Amino acid sequence: MRNFYGVSLRNPFMLGTAQYPSPAILEEAFRKSDAAVATVSLRREQGQGQAFWGIIKSLDVHVLPNTAGCYSAREAITTAHMARELFETNWIKLEVIGHGDTLQPDPFGLLEAAEALVADGFEVFPYTTEDQVLGQRLLDAGCQVLMPWGAPIGSGLGLNNRYGLTSYRAAFPDVPLVIDAGLGLPSHAADALEMGFDAVLLNTAVAQAGDPVKMAEAFAMAIRAGQIGGTADPMEPREMAAPSTPVIGKAWL
Amino acid sequence: MSDVTIIGAGVAGLWAAYALRKDGADVRLIDRNGPPGPHGCSWWAGGMLAPHCEGAVSEQAVIDHGRQAEASWEEITPIKKRGSLVVALERDRRELDRFARRTEAHRRLNANDLAELEPELSAHKDGLFFETESHLDPRHALVNLVAVLRNQGVDIEQADVTPNDVDGTIIDARGMASDAPGLRGVRGEMVVLRAPDIHLSRPVRLLHPRHPLYIVPRDGGIYMLGATQIESISRGAPTARSILELLSAAYALDPRFGEAEVLETGADLRPAFADNVPRVKPRGRVVHLNGLFRHGYLMAPALAKQARDYILHGQKGDLVRED
Repeated sequence: MRNFYGVSLRNPFMLGTAQYPSPAILEEAFRKSDAAVATVSLRREQGQGQAFWGIIKSLDVHVLPNTAGCYSAREAITTAHMARELFETNWIKLEVIGHGDTLQPDPFGLLEAAEALVADGFEVFPYTTEDQVLGQRLLDAGCQVLMPWGAPIGSGLGLNNRYGLTSYRAAFPDVPLVIDAGLGLPSHAADALEMGFDAVLLNTAVAQAGDPVKMAEAFAMAIRAGQIGGTADPMEPREMAAPSTPVIGKAWL
Repeated sequence: MSDVTIIGAGVAGLWAAYALRKDGADVRLIDRNGPPGPHGCSWWAGGMLAPHCEGAVSEQAVIDHGRQAEASWEEITPIKKRGSLVVALERDRRELDRFARRTEAHRRLNANDLAELEPELSAHKDGLFFETESHLDPRHALVNLVAVLRNQGVDIEQADVTPNDVDGTIIDARGMASDAPGLRGVRGEMVVLRAPDIHLSRPVRLLHPRHPLYIVPRDGGIYMLGATQIESISRGAPTARSILELLSAAYALDPRFGEAEVLETGADLRPAFADNVPRVKPRGRVVHLNGLFRHGYLMAPALAKQARDYILHGQKGDLVRED
């Protein structure tokens, strides 16, 4: 698997830590998911959720703090600095939200914040749309990972723009790409891996399932299936049916 | 000398005293702040006895014990047996489907049923009615519980003590002030409004993907709006964002809340264990009664009875954790 800022993950599953019914269920879901990365939100903890942070630390995963809920580059930069201090990592999942309803990234604020944070030594994971021009500008700014959305955050709609995402993958063949946000079902995650994406990041689909632990396990299996299937050189779809059983030599009745 | 000393006179400590007295034990009840008030998180509760609604995101123990809460509280304070109502905005109707799948003891209401049941919610066309649920006024309930205890000869002594300062068997019901292992704080913020023109007779929950809300009616046109749930141990005043979200959700439920007077805002910490289920945790001669999370009024009676049965009779109920 491709590495993320020099870190090779044990599997391509990044899982969020918000909205679980309880920390005990969160912990069990992580165990079943075997996720390699946990995203954590700093904003609402106000640096004071020590007990909750202790639970995350016990999960044996890489921690990816995020700037969820930030609406300007300045706010996101401040949050990133607080996160680096608290979680002792240069990794930051950069979210700069441009629209309250769709939670669509603000591409201009995102680029501005990415430039500033890279200059400050951060390793930035930008949450972005599937716009390739923006993707290239983020790479130019020094990002070494891109995280295009599947669909709006928390919507569970899956891969909303398959053409756009396929073409995004083709445009950046050597860049680690993570599908971030919008996944609702394990099949969405399998799909993303089959399409050649390097990892998926999700939260709501697991945390808000009726049985988060079971759903975490299902995602783990789907991600594994997608990852293996994607590298097994899948057949090309054909217009014409082709019998899988040989017909030559079959008795005429 | 008393049989058991209880430290902490919030809803857990008061109930422990009541349960023990009922079984004939002599108790002392001590709190560093005296009788219940704004210093304790019991003061800020909603007072819903809604085991089935809570069951959407709670362990089975909360549903099972919570169903007994109404009968227990009836010995102490008036209960409003009006059921509870769950609605969603038209756009979020699927949240209602999901809530219905994950809960029991409800029936689906159409626009006519809703208009009949709670006429002022007629803008909503779809809802769930949990007929067996009820609610109480938490501050009245605390006052009434203190009065019942006084009649039984138990007065709340005001003193700043820890279990180390007291001999004998101790119930530590100090909430976040206790050192019960595994305890964490979960911040909650609430608003109290006066809206005399609005007449809701039962708690209403608004399901919303981002800003879920409940509104609990109290006497005199007063409504309690709650509550945020944030993994933080900050006790600071409510944030503007949280108040904005609560008020926006109330406004979406009924625009007339826009004209309400804001009487009060509050923030405090809910003590909780990792599975959000309260526990009786014996550690030597100290028995911790803690982790009531957002279920103080729902779970305090059952928790108190299990603590009593453990201390007086050696019985280990399902909420007792000896570790």
